[in-house]
Amino acid sequence: MKACQTPGFWLPLVIVSVWGGVVLLIHQDTMRETAFILLMAVGLASSLNILLGYTGYVSFGHIVFFGLGGYTGFYLLSAQDWPLFAAAIGGGLLSALIAGLVGLAVLRLRGAYFALATIGINEAARAFVSNFEPYGGATGMFVNFSVYQKYGGPGPALWTTFIFLWITALAVLLVSYLVKHSRFGLGLLAIREDEDAAMVMGVKAPQAKTITYVISAFFPGVIGTLYFFKNGNIEPGDAFQLHMSIEMLVMVMLGGMGTVMGPLVGAAGYQWLRGYLLTSPIFKDLHLAVAGAMLLLIILFVPTGVVGWVRNHVRRLQKVLE
Amino acid sequence: MLDQLISSLTDGLLLGFVYGVAAMGLTLIWGVMSVINLAHGPIIALGMFGAYLLFTHLGVNPYLAMAPVAGAGLIVGLVIYVIAVHRVINAPHLSSLLATFAVNMIIIGVGTAVFSTSPQNIDYSLGSVEVGFLTFPASRLVGAVGAILVTACLYLFLYFTRPGKAIRAVANNRMASELMGIPSSRVLALSFGLGAMMAAVAGGLIATFFPFTILSGGPYELKSFVICVLGGLGHPLGALVGGLLLGGLEGLIPTFMPVSWVPVVEFGLFVLVLLVRPSGLFGAK
Amino acid sequence: MKRFGVGFAVVLSLSLILTSLTAPPGVAAAEKTVTIGFTASQTGKLNVEATRQINGLHLWMEQVNGAGGIKLPDGAVIKFADKFYDDESKKERVQELYTKLINADKADFLISPYSSGLTDAAAVIAQQYNRIMVTAGAASDSTYKKGYTLVYQSYTPASRYLTGAVDILVKLTPKSKKIAIIHENDKFATDVVKDLRKYAEQKGFKVVLFEGYDSATADFSPFINKIPADVDAIMGGGHFADTTTLARQIYEKKINTRIIALLVAPPEPKFAELGEACISVIGSSQWEPLARFTKESAQKEGIAWFGPTGEEFIKAYKARFTEDPSYHSAGGYVAGMILQDAIQKAGSADTAKVKAALDAMDSMTFYGRLKFATGPKDHGLQVGHEMVYIQWNKDQQGKPVKQVVWPAAGATAPPFVCPAR
Repeated sequence: MKACQTPGFWLPLVIVSVWGGVVLLIHQDTMRETAFILLMAVGLASSLNILLGYTGYVSFGHIVFFGLGGYTGFYLLSAQDWPLFAAAIGGGLLSALIAGLVGLAVLRLRGAYFALATIGINEAARAFVSNFEPYGGATGMFVNFSVYQKYGGPGPALWTTFIFLWITALAVLLVSYLVKHSRFGLGLLAIREDEDAAMVMGVKAPQAKTITYVISAFFPGVIGTLYFFKNGNIEPGDAFQLHMSIEMLVMVMLGGMGTVMGPLVGAAGYQWLRGYLLTSPIFKDLHLAVAGAMLLLIILFVPTGVVGWVRNHVRRLQKVLE
Repeated sequence: MLDQLISSLTDGLLLGFVYGVAAMGLTLIWGVMSVINLAHGPIIALGMFGAYLLFTHLGVNPYLAMAPVAGAGLIVGLVIYVIAVHRVINAPHLSSLLATFAVNMIIIGVGTAVFSTSPQNIDYSLGSVEVGFLTFPASRLVGAVGAILVTACLYLFLYFTRPGKAIRAVANNRMASELMGIPSSRVLALSFGLGAMMAAVAGGLIATFFPFTILSGGPYELKSFVICVLGGLGHPLGALVGGLLLGGLEGLIPTFMPVSWVPVVEFGLFVLVLLVRPSGLFGAK
Repeated sequence: MKRFGVGFAVVLSLSLILTSLTAPPGVAAAEKTVTIGFTASQTGKLNVEATRQINGLHLWMEQVNGAGGIKLPDGAVIKFADKFYDDESKKERVQELYTKLINADKADFLISPYSSGLTDAAAVIAQQYNRIMVTAGAASDSTYKKGYTLVYQSYTPASRYLTGAVDILVKLTPKSKKIAIIHENDKFATDVVKDLRKYAEQKGFKVVLFEGYDSATADFSPFINKIPADVDAIMGGGHFADTTTLARQIYEKKINTRIIALLVAPPEPKFAELGEACISVIGSSQWEPLARFTKESAQKEGIAWFGPTGEEFIKAYKARFTEDPSYHSAGGYVAGMILQDAIQKAGSADTAKVKAALDAMDSMTFYGRLKFATGPKDHGLQVGHEMVYIQWNKDQQGKPVKQVVWPAAGATAPPFVCPAR
């Protein structure tokens, strides 16, 4: 494989592998919790980037797939007694299916109209799930604590969840690279630059966009299941938070959209900053304001994000950072 | 059943006027510069707190407080435009969406630090109005009248003053109006200010009905999106009609199904209208 | 006799030597600081109730530490320290913070946040990391039916929150038939109204309206408009902020009914700020300053008494916080007392031993009786404690005043029908 020799391919994968491996070796609960949140952010940001970065379509309500997938996976786990792995895949597949159905219609909209529609879909999904009795309605669902015994008690269950998440994050990064460097991905980049011109050149835009939407919806569904299994319960308010959706966008922008490495850098940077601000006595109350100010500075002055900026300014690193 | 329908509709429609004012601010900004202002909700919340602070600390009648609230809203809007929007006005939509969202985060962050997120309430009652079997708080009636006045003022401004006409010209064709000697940057800033002003006034009016927190603007921002799409993005009068439509729906739906289904219908309709008629139910095709 | 005396002397001197070995002279008995971790909704929707709860807990901690801590039989002294964060009334913060409290701040015992929704999220974490959590302000039954073994409830469960209001209605107007229920769509209120509905229907009532509202609701008119004109009772609500608004809007809409019974808000002294709108509203309370649980009443029932008397608590609370305690304050105080009682009985701060003491607990306090279910299906559920019901009336000056109206045995005033509005 030629790809294996390019640092742009293996660098993100190695970073995440080593990082997860170290956490596993040290085997400390606090560290796992921090790493869990970080890996989740990496996974979510990277899957959003597959749509946002490569096709330029701004999905403001991408968290809907995290919520729907999480709900479905959680339902399979708690009500149907599926094992975690199967339930997570089930959650992912449902998200992908919904993305396929919705995408065909919604992806006809462009620019701000598409962004607005995705917000609407998220709110509609939240309101619907609040009324959907099989999913527990407004008060949500929970796992009976005895479920954790299947994985050898709560401690080992949390570690198993962590390992699944780690693998998922690696898979997202791998897929992100493969999409970008395929013929299919080139078509997407063409759509991003000029959709009409791309269609003229023979890119089947509606299909390509829908497939991308499906891919970028699958992983949030898996991650949602893992996250809510760890939490032990799920409620509509937690599953469809518009705020989290926008945090995903911020992480992608911070790192640099359209790059494989960007969401990884952005997610790590954003989560580190958030953790720091939340615990610092001075910024505790102002953490949102500081994060907002930072986002504004990036949008106004470094629109390509950290990775994009480095690529543009340090020529030698262009090959290393994809 | 009929009694219930009528009282429910009355409540919904009275509220609809105020929704309309909030949405008008959003739609004005979109119409002039194709920017969706994601800081809309927090500005509404600032309007609420403006009215609240003037009332509780200075004893200003909350309805008289609308004037200073409007002025402050205009200034806030101008500042936001200059700092956050002007640089990205010609960039792709993502930039202006995120820039205004960054402003949203800053306002909410500072607001949370200053006011906390505990509910506040303007303790000023006008009593209830009784018409036959209908009973509703008088504040809603006054709110609706206020909303109509604000709309009328906006129209007079847009159609009968020079800056108003300039705004319409820029909305119509920015390039052409610049060629005609209209200073488009200043006009854009003014329209953003006006949009923020409408949001702040709507917030002030809402604060006279309901308790609120710094986060309370969020739901009204979402409602404003729905209203703008119903009424056609970019048409201020459409926003008022859209507001009444949404208010009417909120009155109508609970008569036939559990209230918790209202948002499902609202947002379902929103996505549907976006897909079928992105220019709005009343907009030109 | 002589030999006994010698033996006694030997034992005495031996034990003296032993104690001097274990506790070297000049050094006080080993002091251990036990950290109690919790999150508190200092801001956000739940801040009114949560602030009272933390006040109560802090008062307890100051009193225990001020009295020199808990002296264990082995001579060790246990003092308490607290570590807490603001959860902003938000669930997503709760799990993150409890994980932090356990792992980074090394909390030995946990107290729940205020409200069932937040506690439900925190309880999983407590159980995952094997920490005992005493819950205050977490009435929802469902939390204790999830297979947890370390979570103990100090409140009467939600299923018994409003059933007494139905009894009041039956007593006041035996001909009543129709009840409208409007409740917050969260764990606590949903659990309350589920059992309320069952109970009312058993008693032959018809539930003519049964609707849930979102926690952030500010406009209740869609719900109030659905109340039929000839309804006999309106029941429901949720937490302080939303229930207060609901009560105000019911008043503004001039809805006429025989009784209005709401959750959580009415027993709070702050509810009186509603003025005219609070008159005749009934609420259920975990504890009222007027309620009387005394050492004598405990003795009569054959239950061990623990802690201060009601007067002592009220006096100390007023002196410390210059406000009247509400049941949320008492709940916070009692959560601490439960831990204190259990540690004393266990003679140790070890989780397993304290758990055994909690399982065996059956104590009477100023707050009422405390006893936990120990079956596998509902472990930790409070089975000893009972609710009282209050109603707002006007005093001679026309100011709102709270009276205990139910159960009849402890009532300070009879319940009355809501006047025409």
